[in-house]
Amino acid sequence: MTDFTSGTLTGKNLHLSFGHNHVLRGIDLHVEKGTTASVIGPSGSGKSTLLRVMNRLIEPDQGDILLDGRSVLKDNPDELRQRIGMVFQQFNLFPHKTVVENVSLALQKLRKLSKDQARAEALEQLDLVGLKHKADARPANLSGGQQQRVAIARALAMKPEVMFFDEATSALDPELVKGVLALMTDLAKGGMTMVVVTHEMGFSRNVSDSVTFMDAGVVVESGPPEQIFTSPATDRLKGFLSDVL
Amino acid sequence: MDLLDQLADTFFNWEEMAKVIPSLLMVGLPNTLILAVASGILGCLLGLLLALMGISRNAGARWAARIYTDLFRGLPAILVILVIGIGLSPIAREITGTRNPYPLGILALTLIAAAYIGEIFRSGIQSVEKGQLEASRALGFSYGRSMRLVVVPQGIRRVLPALVNQFISLLKDSSLVFMLGLAASDREIFRIGNDAMANTGNLSPLVAAGVMYLILTVPLTHLVNYIDNRLRTGKPEKREPDELAAPIGKGAQA
Repeated sequence: MTDFTSGTLTGKNLHLSFGHNHVLRGIDLHVEKGTTASVIGPSGSGKSTLLRVMNRLIEPDQGDILLDGRSVLKDNPDELRQRIGMVFQQFNLFPHKTVVENVSLALQKLRKLSKDQARAEALEQLDLVGLKHKADARPANLSGGQQQRVAIARALAMKPEVMFFDEATSALDPELVKGVLALMTDLAKGGMTMVVVTHEMGFSRNVSDSVTFMDAGVVVESGPPEQIFTSPATDRLKGFLSDVL
Repeated sequence: MDLLDQLADTFFNWEEMAKVIPSLLMVGLPNTLILAVASGILGCLLGLLLALMGISRNAGARWAARIYTDLFRGLPAILVILVIGIGLSPIAREITGTRNPYPLGILALTLIAAAYIGEIFRSGIQSVEKGQLEASRALGFSYGRSMRLVVVPQGIRRVLPALVNQFISLLKDSSLVFMLGLAASDREIFRIGNDAMANTGNLSPLVAAGVMYLILTVPLTHLVNYIDNRLRTGKPEKREPDELAAPIGKGAQA
């Protein structure tokens, strides 16, 4: 897979509180066009929240978000989210629609393609994830791995400039993880800009271009994967790595 | 044996029943259906609006829906029908130009049904996983379109059994419109049975009317069970063993 019109994404000094709970405490994250940044850290460290703030599913209290160097905080958030695809831990496919309808819905309603055009384009996307033959099935009749690949196709169909993955393989049975990771690897190699929140240290280490380690709402350490995984500087990262590896 | 014969004659006098059945079928049945279906449809529309107000981020809308629901769920149907049917009849006469109490009867039934249907819709919509709204919004749909395209259709599907139950209750409550005084051609099932009973002093016409209601409602209760079962077990579609068998690591085959 190649030819993504990907963009550069930057989060600057992002803060977010839910009441007294200060979830993000000044996060900086820079993802260069065509590269993959993985975000690792213990549960509750704010990784998933960071993704939702970066595509403005949740508005930050403070800080800035830049896409290709331009602040997008004043844009219509719905338009911003059309430019950033997102894949969820629980897939979140629409169960009342068929597989191909899941992919074509936004093409038809947001990109304003005709029904036939939207279906044709959706089928093409499904073909790329190897599930064209499931086009008219219901999501419930697919395995978790297949559902997640459909979810990826659904996000890709909108031709996003950036893709977010929120623990995309955490809900999958172990034997289904590899298929999804392989697809994500293809995307990364194909030049998609990606932010990947993950517990898959293998993916983080081997596929991503940079790794950000978060804990308790702050970036504790970040850098290229070799540095993060072979010579962690902080005790917190050392502790985390020894727990998960 | 006299007593038994007398009872049989009181409830199951076939002659009296046969006399009333034509008007039950030709007049009562269509009128009952008009009342129930019209207020059912209008009640669904108003109920959906109430449900959306009930989950709105606007506190004023939430309160308005709350008060409305408490009011119309808390009052006896017959009281609402009488108050609206009599109280608004001068205005209705002005607008419709007739003395036909149907518009007001339908309005009263709608207002009552909407309070219940609104709660049914609200519980259905709120039962849809948060991730559905999130996924839809992440694609770039606005809140309104996400609700319309993704959340509300799923919510409604889940409460279809409860909606059919509500319609059954509407079929029965439509009989209360007789309180507003109906011209001969406007009488619904109950009123026809009741009039015939009053004229003959025999209960059999009312029994016949009761059977008419059962012919309408019993299949519906079974429809509820069918839908309920279908929703719980899903369609009898075959599920593939899938990737378990596929060579691992081949990945996306892309």
